[in-house]
Amino acid sequence: MDLIANHITHRFADLAVLDDVSFTVSAGEVVAIVGPSGCGKSTLLSILGGLLLPTSGAPELRGAPPADSLNPLTFVFQDFALLPWANVEENVEFPLLHTQVSAAQRRALVDDALRRTGLTDFRKAYPKQLSGGMRQRVGISRALAVRPAILLMDEPLSALDSQTRELLMEDFVRLLADGGMGAVYVTHNLEEAARLADRIVVLSRRPGRIREVVSVPMTRAERGEIAAREKLLALQNQIWSLIRNEAIDAEREVQHA
Amino acid sequence: MLDRAPAGTSAKDELVRRVRFRGAGFVPASSRFGGWIALALVIAIWQAAGSTGLVNPLFLPAPSAIARAIYQLAISGALWQHLSASLLRIGVGWLLGTAAGVAVGFAIGLSRLARSVGITFISALFPIPKIALLPLLILWLGIGEEPKIATIALGVFFSTAISVYSGVDAVPRNLIRMAQSFNVPFATIVRKVVWPGALPAILAGFRITSSVALLLVVSAEMIGAQYGIGAFVLQAGNLMQTDQLLAGVVILSVFGLMVGRVINWLETRLLHWR
Repeated sequence: MDLIANHITHRFADLAVLDDVSFTVSAGEVVAIVGPSGCGKSTLLSILGGLLLPTSGAPELRGAPPADSLNPLTFVFQDFALLPWANVEENVEFPLLHTQVSAAQRRALVDDALRRTGLTDFRKAYPKQLSGGMRQRVGISRALAVRPAILLMDEPLSALDSQTRELLMEDFVRLLADGGMGAVYVTHNLEEAARLADRIVVLSRRPGRIREVVSVPMTRAERGEIAAREKLLALQNQIWSLIRNEAIDAEREVQHA
Repeated sequence: MLDRAPAGTSAKDELVRRVRFRGAGFVPASSRFGGWIALALVIAIWQAAGSTGLVNPLFLPAPSAIARAIYQLAISGALWQHLSASLLRIGVGWLLGTAAGVAVGFAIGLSRLARSVGITFISALFPIPKIALLPLLILWLGIGEEPKIATIALGVFFSTAISVYSGVDAVPRNLIRMAQSFNVPFATIVRKVVWPGALPAILAGFRITSSVALLLVVSAEMIGAQYGIGAFVLQAGNLMQTDQLLAGVVILSVFGLMVGRVINWLETRLLHWR
């Protein structure tokens, strides 16, 4: 199943946020979206995932999702969005409660998702008892439980410390390799984008337009090797040079706001 | 060489001083038994003042006289007669007001139409002292139990509705968006996200409405009732039986404390995740 951003334009009242953004995320492909602060990255993701109606244009799906997918487009949120009154197991089970799967299937899906994210021993813990990294693992586990075709990830690591971020990035690499899932990965962190994405969509300053689409010429497995670091760094520098001046302008704009 | 002294000074000659503790930011804390000890102390002073004749028992009977009055009320059966009448009014009135308040509060919290209509009416009617409506309610409902129960229900309704829709408003929107992103149906979102999310505010509302109910039952019983703690207190006051009057007040205080304990228990059971 492909996800298509078809000429998406969006305004909040008088404020133009996105301007004619079009690209396609093919099945199994990971596309990162980067750009200066306030360029509309998260707004674009909300539109792609059906949580916000665009002013014009539309998000579209091409082809059928995998037969076992219970929620083809599934979000992983920056703030985890966990139910604080539910334990880990209940949080992961939550999106399955209204589906047609039997109780036994539901248990199996939850068990599998918890195992894949290393949460089996924490299934009875409540969110307040977990670290930020573990909370995001619960968010990822919940997303995996519904067998998504495409993960929509909104800065999933930005609320975490650098060590936890590194560990979760390794998890993402493994999960993306295992599951055959595609992903749209919104981030301001160019290292994450270069490490995880097949293609990087660079947006301009508000109103966000596609400035360039950069392909990452390595497999994700190769990117973990020391020899690849120089190439990845060069790629990050290339993208940074594209957005640096606009990022400075955007920061000044925020400060003056 | 991090411990090297600055140039030109001798480390041995410098006076070593401990850094003074300057505070940890006014952390609120209370001692476990402090409140009980203070209460016991006040009662002891009160008793001593009564026993030594420092205070006229007609104006302020000693705690032992109040305890005796409660005991006599209990063995004569009058305590239960008055208490059961008040409990029935409070129970029925609170349940009716709470049920209606929860329903209207949720409607206001979840529906744009209900919000625009409901908040207008609540803003207009909430400030009215509900006891002022008792004569009107007597006119409408007769002189039986109904107007007293309706007065309590009205008082409870407005506070409950306000706490419920405030609680619904306070449910983090990101949780609702999360549920919507998984195509969770509206009814399930209300049951599994909005209700538990609003529960802390709802239980806090219960704490307020139980006090409102107590206040209104006493007021209503003072205006027009033969039995009930409010009627008993008024009658004792008219007869200058201050020990009986204060016995009624103590019973009201104990009842309020018990309701508070029940709400504490509910919070511990239902909000253990906080």
